[in-house]
Amino acid sequence: MLVRGEIGPVNGALQPVSRHPVALALAFAQRYSCAMLTYAAKRLGLALLVALAVSVIAFTLLHVSSDVAAAIAGEAATAADIEFIRKAYGFDRPLIVQYFDWLGRTLTGDLGQSLYYKKDVADIVLSKLPVTLILGAISLAFAVLLSIPLGVLAAVYPNTWIDRLALFLAVIGQALPSFWFALVLIMLFSLTLRWLPVSGSDSWAHFVMPAIALGYYAAPAFMRLTRAGMMDVLSADFVRTARAKGLSPTSVVFKHALRNAIIPVMALAAVQLGFMLGGSIVIETVFALDGLGYLAWQSIRHNDFPVTQAIVLLLSVVYIGLTLLADLLNGWLDPRIRVQ
Amino acid sequence: MSDPLLSVEGLSVDIPVAGGTLRAVRDISFQVKRGETLCVVGESGCGKSMTALALMDLLPRRAKRRAQSLRFGKNDLATLDAKQMNALRGDRMAMIFQEPMTALNPAYTIGNQLEEAYQRHRKAPADEARARAVHLLEKVGIANAGQRLGQYPHQLSGGLRQRVMIAMALMCGPDLLVADEPTTALDVTIQAQILLLLRQLQRELDMAMVLITHDLGVVARVADRVAVMYAGQIVETGTAAEIFSSPRHPYTRGLLACIPVPGKTKRGDELGSIPGIVPSLVGTLVGCSFRERCGFSAAICAADPPVHSAASHAWRCVLR
Ligand SMILES: Nc1ncnc2c1ncn2[C@@H]1O[C@H](COP(=O)(O)OP(=O)(O)OP(=O)(O)O)[C@@H](O)[C@H]1O
Ligand SMILES: [Mg+2]
Repeated sequence: MLVRGEIGPVNGALQPVSRHPVALALAFAQRYSCAMLTYAAKRLGLALLVALAVSVIAFTLLHVSSDVAAAIAGEAATAADIEFIRKAYGFDRPLIVQYFDWLGRTLTGDLGQSLYYKKDVADIVLSKLPVTLILGAISLAFAVLLSIPLGVLAAVYPNTWIDRLALFLAVIGQALPSFWFALVLIMLFSLTLRWLPVSGSDSWAHFVMPAIALGYYAAPAFMRLTRAGMMDVLSADFVRTARAKGLSPTSVVFKHALRNAIIPVMALAAVQLGFMLGGSIVIETVFALDGLGYLAWQSIRHNDFPVTQAIVLLLSVVYIGLTLLADLLNGWLDPRIRVQ
Repeated sequence: MSDPLLSVEGLSVDIPVAGGTLRAVRDISFQVKRGETLCVVGESGCGKSMTALALMDLLPRRAKRRAQSLRFGKNDLATLDAKQMNALRGDRMAMIFQEPMTALNPAYTIGNQLEEAYQRHRKAPADEARARAVHLLEKVGIANAGQRLGQYPHQLSGGLRQRVMIAMALMCGPDLLVADEPTTALDVTIQAQILLLLRQLQRELDMAMVLITHDLGVVARVADRVAVMYAGQIVETGTAAEIFSSPRHPYTRGLLACIPVPGKTKRGDELGSIPGIVPSLVGTLVGCSFRERCGFSAAICAADPPVHSAASHAWRCVLR
């Protein structure tokens, strides 16, 4: 007979697991590959279709809404000049032909010439992209680091002062327009306290306020989703099981609850990053941060449609990519999708 | 005779609700010895789960527990703080729940969930915890235990998940196992297997077990002692033999009349059921809580009924 608490181990059913990275990777691929690969392939296919649709829309809108030849020719051009440009650029051909022609060039990285800067659009856009990506990443990090702990605390201590504080911050965040908030920040930290530079993008200090202004706007959505998810999960049966096992409150809240509540938050984060890249047009302009958003604003002011179009297209593709990433992340975090 | 492992004195659970205080458990007392199975039986809503959760200190946030004493081994659970309670839970006392489909965390493997309690309470290294997990999975009758460790809950059937839950509860070799309707959510053939398994493990590991059920068929199979609950009170308690062969409380008799007996109950016969409804548990109940549904009720039942007893058999009714 076995004595309580002293059941001896085991008739050697454990298989030796090799710790070699290649072996691990292979085992991993074997276990997950089918379900995850099918899932990923489906999502990728969908993303490509959306990207194609976006390219059609971006192209059509431009060519239907304005006379591109007139824009290129400039304000002083005569009707003959415009006609000449129309022929020279092939704008007299059927739209569908122009579309495939344009798509082909775009795919090979040829985005045309900037009308204002007289330089390669691809070069201009790519040179500005890092600033915007850095801004987006810092903003997202700021939003996530602010909102997830607050959301968790609010859910663990519902209807207490911490919950109310979180709600208060969320309402403020959603109510304040980001450009206004940005101006308040500038007045406080640059003009009054003189801690941070007002504008420019030369050092890390230049990114602090733009990132706060941009991230603060996204934080409420994360916080509310985290709180709602945590409230749900904390009353789930499996959390009670975790408590019944005598696990520490930290393990119950973070390992068991947050791990499940975070899945939709991660998905939202990827999508929000897309919105932030869009929102950076305003913020970069307010702070004269030399990124894509600022470039977009400049190109619109100068009627520089090849640049505008390239930015719209690039942001769309980035956005689609992020949505795809969100889906993959979702599958990755949720074993019910990952392992069939 | 040895001291009881668990000795509950005057346990009550109050839940504040819209109309006042719902007194889900009303001043109940019972004892369980090592190696003994106590079945708590009663209709839905009579406070069985609240009793179990009160023992484990897992009550819903709003519910308040009161007790004169909750002796468990050397400890009085009523006086322990959250940290001390946490150290006992999952180690000396463990619980199995009704719903195996939702009681496991979907995000972690079976192995991870089995091992964590052992690692926490025993500070054991990972490979020892893993070996222990494999051993217990085999013990609860799961084939290919080593491979199962890497699987996620959604890959297992309900019956397998409940076996995993049992293995999980046994990881630290608890002295007391509280099982709240562990077979209710399973189909009948699986129910029988799981019950048999629980009974067998309880004997083998010399655990005390509190098994909650509304199914007297289950009670008949596994109980050493029985506590019959009605409207938050224990109305009758005794050994399984006493309860089945000489039930005293009209409610217990009513419950027993509801079991179909093979050979005696004819096909198509109406199964017994106790007419009437359970009284509201909000506020205080004066007198016998069963009197409105009782065939024997008389004027005297409006006063609190006495507790009669004979040997280990006790019942809360004016009838002898
Ligand atoms: N969270 C809660 N809030 C308010 N009342 C509750 C709550 N949980 C349970 N109750 C009430 O407490 C009483 C006892 O509930 P309990 O869950 O212990 O019943 P039970 O005997 O386990 O029933 P079942 O067989 O249906 O599981 C019931 O009247 C129920 O309505
Ligand atoms: Mg119950």
